[in-house]
Amino acid sequence: MKNKYSIFSLIKNAFSYHENWEKAWKDPEPKKEYDAVIVGGGGHGLATAYYLAKKHNMKNIAVVEKGWIGGGNTGRNTTIIRSNYLWDASAGLYDHALKIWEGLSQELNYNVMFSQRGVMNLAHNLQDVRDLKRRTHANRLNGIDSVYLNTEEVKKFCPIINTSQDIRYPVLGGTLQRRAGTARHDAVAWGYARGADEMGVDIIQNCEVKGIKRNGDTVEGIETTKGFIKTKKIGVVAAGHSSVIANMAGLKLPLESKPLQALVSEPVKPIIDTVVMSNAVHAYVSQSDKGELVIGAGTDDYVSYSQKGSHDIVEGTLNAILELYPIFSRMRMLRQWGGIVDICPDASPIISKTSIKGLYFNCGWGTGGFKATPGSGDLFAHTIANDEPHKLNAAFNINRFVSGDLVDEHGAAAVAH
Amino acid sequence: MFLINCPFCGEREQSEFKAGGEAHIVRPKQPTELSDDEWAEYLFMRKNIKGVQFERWNHVHGCRKWFNMVRDTSNDQIKAVYKMGEKPPVK
Repeated sequence: MKNKYSIFSLIKNAFSYHENWEKAWKDPEPKKEYDAVIVGGGGHGLATAYYLAKKHNMKNIAVVEKGWIGGGNTGRNTTIIRSNYLWDASAGLYDHALKIWEGLSQELNYNVMFSQRGVMNLAHNLQDVRDLKRRTHANRLNGIDSVYLNTEEVKKFCPIINTSQDIRYPVLGGTLQRRAGTARHDAVAWGYARGADEMGVDIIQNCEVKGIKRNGDTVEGIETTKGFIKTKKIGVVAAGHSSVIANMAGLKLPLESKPLQALVSEPVKPIIDTVVMSNAVHAYVSQSDKGELVIGAGTDDYVSYSQKGSHDIVEGTLNAILELYPIFSRMRMLRQWGGIVDICPDASPIISKTSIKGLYFNCGWGTGGFKATPGSGDLFAHTIANDEPHKLNAAFNINRFVSGDLVDEHGAAAVAH
Repeated sequence: MFLINCPFCGEREQSEFKAGGEAHIVRPKQPTELSDDEWAEYLFMRKNIKGVQFERWNHVHGCRKWFNMVRDTSNDQIKAVYKMGEKPPVK
């Protein structure tokens, strides 16, 4: 049993200069065999392991990660959480996650710094206005809080936005989801890792998967840089590298992996207390608790695993930011980085069984997977444990690309993918 | 960001080009005879290779012509560029 984090443990450890905190998770060597192995130690993978142990009583499981946990897209995204998706299936999926976010810090006894500061999506042309109003109505029919704001209301909610109608892409209105917001990305990975470790899950870092062993149409285990691990169930949550793992098993996925960039500014005093996203000009901005502006740019349109994007993508985003927020004209950018996102043709994820028995994939989250971390883990754990999808992820099966029953969130999801 | 040697215009910045995805996916000759699985394979399934990949590109802000490229997607290094209809110069 791990010591509970509380004000008392904080005071107690202050006396020993915070040098004797117990390790949040062990660093074990892999066992010869597990009941299930999760490939990928990001937020989604760790959450999957956590819920497998907690809700499905599968304790003899492992998470294998080629680098360090939370070092991929979990540590690279802009931490926006929202559930204002257009289609019913997506609304169910993302709002399931948002509901878990609301109690996650308490459940994990780990402060994930979930902050419901609201997310505003701006409209810059007549079609945006129509789409955003339609989406607001669809959200409300699905029980998701969403309101449409006119230009004055946008200005009132976020006064630093330039609402002049003379700019190239004037603000014509926007939508607001007040339950939406941000969370501390690293804390999500660390909180789930600590919780899973406590229940006996082995978290094995620096362990890259090199092959998947099959006997006919059934999996037998994985070859890794730390040797062969026998298992009957493999859950792959490898984000940008999902296709690489799929190829090892002789599968093809409907994915393309592309660089997505983000950047942060130097830290400044509080200036923007919400998240503002703008689809048409592709600029997202929020402010971290350290005071940095966190800015999301777009994807490059070519396949790349280089974790580097093109400079012109960043330039385009900053042009848009400067037009919408002239107050930031003298801000200096501190860091810029890229992550590799796996994008489905319909911009919706895959949480599914495959044609190979015991092989499960949770991928295709594209540019917006962070928000779904808890829900994704919960539903993927259900799918692995029962060998059947939960009703909330039934629509996100891999066969939809054969049947044609796509969940087309391209353009509908309040963000350009 | 990288430079691309357009077979028609010469070396230009990548931002002048549009990526067109995996190359050498042949359009089915008899679409009406395809099963749903075969359609899915043609329309959606991609190799998405980490390493050397064959791709189509279009010089949208230049000559607007399509061509093929061999590129290592793990480091964005271009191995070869060749015109549509030509055989790939490297394996």
